[in-house]
Amino acid sequence: MIQAAVFYLFAAVVVLSGLMVILAKNPVHSVLWLILAFFNAAGLFLVIGAEFVAMILVIVYVGAVAVLFLFVVMMLDIDFTSLRAGFSRYLPFGALLGLVLAVELVTVGFFWEFGDLALQARAAPAPGANAGLSNTQAIGTILYTDYVFIFQLAGMVLLTAMIGAIVLTLRQRPGVKRQNVAAQNARTPETSIAVTRPKVGAGVDTDGGVK
Amino acid sequence: MVEFFQTHLGYGLGWFLAHLILILLIALPVMLCMALSTWLDRKVWAAMMLRRGPNVVGPIGVLQPFADGLKLFLKETIVPSGANKGVFFIAPIITFVLALVAWSVIPFDAGWVLADINVGMLFIFAVSSMGVYGIIMSGWASNSKYPFLGGLRSAAQMVSYEVSLGLVIVTVVLYASSFNLTDIVESQRGNIFGLLNGNIFNPLLFPMAVVFLISALAETNRPPFDLPEAESELVAGYQIEYSSMTFALFFLGEYMNILLMCALTSILFLGGYLPPIDWAPLYYVPGLIWLFVKIVFMFFVFAWVKATVPRYRYDQLMRLGWKVFLPLSLLWVVLVSGWLVFTGHFSGGAA
Amino acid sequence: MSVLAAAKSLLLLELVRGHWLTLKYMFRPKITVNYPYEKGPISPRFRGEHALRRYPNGEERCIACKLCEAVCPAQAITIEAEPRADGSRRTTRYDIDMTKCIYCGLCQEACPVDAIVEGPNFEFATETREELFYDKEKLLANGERWERAIAANLAADAPYR
Repeated sequence: MIQAAVFYLFAAVVVLSGLMVILAKNPVHSVLWLILAFFNAAGLFLVIGAEFVAMILVIVYVGAVAVLFLFVVMMLDIDFTSLRAGFSRYLPFGALLGLVLAVELVTVGFFWEFGDLALQARAAPAPGANAGLSNTQAIGTILYTDYVFIFQLAGMVLLTAMIGAIVLTLRQRPGVKRQNVAAQNARTPETSIAVTRPKVGAGVDTDGGVK
Repeated sequence: MVEFFQTHLGYGLGWFLAHLILILLIALPVMLCMALSTWLDRKVWAAMMLRRGPNVVGPIGVLQPFADGLKLFLKETIVPSGANKGVFFIAPIITFVLALVAWSVIPFDAGWVLADINVGMLFIFAVSSMGVYGIIMSGWASNSKYPFLGGLRSAAQMVSYEVSLGLVIVTVVLYASSFNLTDIVESQRGNIFGLLNGNIFNPLLFPMAVVFLISALAETNRPPFDLPEAESELVAGYQIEYSSMTFALFFLGEYMNILLMCALTSILFLGGYLPPIDWAPLYYVPGLIWLFVKIVFMFFVFAWVKATVPRYRYDQLMRLGWKVFLPLSLLWVVLVSGWLVFTGHFSGGAA
Repeated sequence: MSVLAAAKSLLLLELVRGHWLTLKYMFRPKITVNYPYEKGPISPRFRGEHALRRYPNGEERCIACKLCEAVCPAQAITIEAEPRADGSRRTTRYDIDMTKCIYCGLCQEACPVDAIVEGPNFEFATETREELFYDKEKLLANGERWERAIAANLAADAPYR
């Protein structure tokens, strides 16, 4: 009973905050609602006993992805009037797109048939749970045995994307002074200090020696 | 205790009441320790600068934090007219609540843990990674320059250092083969020749302890990584527009996070509630005392670092996080897992 | 970079040395003056709270020459004078606005009879602004309270004037 109540609580909050993501006028508020949605989705995972996935969801999506999201949205200087200027012009097209999507979703919802494998999987949510494995270990054993190739491939795709982003945005401007930490740390008194005894009025020339 | 309440009050109500009392039993001492930690922080910092520190309120000034709290409590809560009110008030609440929530999985002694969940370490990591929201939200909601800059800085800083923090945690978790904090502590029992308790004595994990400590400093916005609230350039960063209790919540949350990081360092590397030496007479001292001593020691180290080092420049901070700690901790994950596979650590394990 | 320097940098030796230094300093005696209970020494020339002095026989020194009023750069002093019943010239009003005063000490330098002086007292903070508008009564009271300290200071400084 309590489990059902908690499920409905989390589910309701997810749906509501999802709605608020698109209804909120301020984009920063939208992101904050999105974060609440992520958080409650993690709660839903907890309800079905997938604590590892729940925590990873919070760490990765709430803790890192959404922070960067918020970071970018906060820095945007958005002019709300110009944002709404084209509203009536784009309304028919947007409504059409929305309608198509809604119809598709409803169709899928009514006519979806689960395969036998999926139903079996649903009966035993955590493989190896009967063998006394926690679902962290269960995910690990599956991910690094049966699906290790796909897992590594996904990692490579992400790495490529990351390197691509760096290559696209990195630019070397000439004339920029950069700190060379290794060179700084390698400095010793012998290489950087010259003790001189300049004559009165003679001064020291720019090379550090006496004139 | 839970059983006692359940037999007398019925299943649901007994569970609820018992856990409420347990929560209070953890939260109140933690808050008390937090109050005293601000005093200790100031005392240590002052001593290293040859000053006296707070010494007027109460014996050697221990009541100073309570006087400060009372002062803050009696002040007016000011809301800037341009502020986004809802977010402005939610931000300190988030900081405070998150700092408190993480204590639920800390094992204070063998079995003395409120929520003995098997992903405890991940839970703490998740909670501490959400801590950035309090800061970034307050920075944005204040609608003012310095808080905004502070918020941006902290967002970038905390996300950067979480990466290496996570990898360091992975090395320890590899040794313990569990995310459960009690298991992590128990895995350190006599782990060095059956003599010493604590991962820090393990030569392979000692560098990770150092990386963890430095990352923890960055994660809690302590000097030398206190850029989000740098007094001399951002005058207090995200805290500028806050006054009275909203400020107090930030302050409490910050110090509670520091204590949490101290507790985490103790649990991951110093052997948690175990005595440092695996010697029978030392086990007569309760585990709670050992953990407390270790937390106080770690807190002293935090204050010590604050008194010693100057603040990092922002690009240096990012360089340290991404170019030094990330490759180092990644390399160490490979090293540790390689060593553990090589020595057959996993062969007898559950997985 | 030599191997030695690399090892030094890798082992964070400089950081450790810095921390060792601060740790050593932690156990040094504190140099703070524990202010309300301990006070630092004050020069005899210290220019603190003003006071109007009297002669040992009880006669007030001030002869209302108004030199201090004239010299005061902040115009903090206001003096009104009338002949007294015995014919001597005395002030009827001697006000110092302590919120204006800049503690330059020109009034005591100008005074031909050492009447207005700046004493060694610097702890005269008040809760209201009005309390800092000193009148003659207050200044004479100050003079009585601080006379011994003021006289000692003047005597100590006299050889150098």
